[in-house]
Amino acid sequence: MKTAVVVFPGSNCDRDVKVALEQSAGPGVQMVWHKETSLPDGLDLIVLPGGFSYGDYLRSGAVAAHSPIMREVKARAEAGTAVLGICNGFQILTEAGLLPGIMLRNRDLRFLCKDVCLKVETSQSLFTARYESGETIRVPIAHHDGAYFVDEEGRRSLEDNSQIAFRYCDEQGHVTPESNPNGSISNIAGVFNESKTVLGMMPHPERLSDVALGGTDGRGLFDSLVETLS
Amino acid sequence: MKARVHVTLKSGVLDPQGKAIGHALEALGFSGIGEVRQGKVIDLEIDETDADSARIQVEAMCQKLLANTVIENYDIELNP
Repeated sequence: MKTAVVVFPGSNCDRDVKVALEQSAGPGVQMVWHKETSLPDGLDLIVLPGGFSYGDYLRSGAVAAHSPIMREVKARAEAGTAVLGICNGFQILTEAGLLPGIMLRNRDLRFLCKDVCLKVETSQSLFTARYESGETIRVPIAHHDGAYFVDEEGRRSLEDNSQIAFRYCDEQGHVTPESNPNGSISNIAGVFNESKTVLGMMPHPERLSDVALGGTDGRGLFDSLVETLS
Repeated sequence: MKARVHVTLKSGVLDPQGKAIGHALEALGFSGIGEVRQGKVIDLEIDETDADSARIQVEAMCQKLLANTVIENYDIELNP
């Protein structure tokens, strides 16, 4: 699996996601600075990592979405290359128009940094093949602007096309208002594009992908990508 | 020419910051406060003297970057 991680000024999970990817796929993940205008040939996966690109100025991800490299990321995404956006990467993908919706300030206005439970909505994707549909996994969140918003028509279309990847749930896997940490519409924690080749998610699977980090529930996502893209 | 862009949240979009401001005002003793919504003002100087072409330019800036029309409305004010 040939992978590139895009690094923006203010990215801070770029190396973490590289470690997690290389644990599953072996060495060779390439880091690409946002001012580049081209990506390496033959990529299977492009990752937009977490962080605070451009200090979250204007709106989280809004400035990074217009970085020079993003034109190339959009072109590759449109040609079918898999793209994964984690946290700030998810915000950038929505601002770039590669995923529907947008992230608003958390409901309680606080920065949230804790483990949450996620329900894997489908195992039928490049990113979730190693999980069971309906499985509950534990993954950390770390964000201030994480309340996913999409209008009612958009929400229905996400449901109808099975584009919801993960929802916040309780430990038993029940999707409840109490288990929604940030006020996201329908507890949505991650969404796919229509062809399920682009995934954006607020939780950080790379932060729980090694026993030394306290858990391995996030590793399934990287293992899934290796299995489906290699 | 100077332009002022007002960016406001669309109705129906939850604004917890506006709510917090409303609560803080009440705590300060201001009464009779209804809904509070927080927005942004962006002031721009542009190298353009014709109001119509200035408006077209700023409109494009709003669509591409200054506002996210999924959740925000914008309003352009031009000051020659």
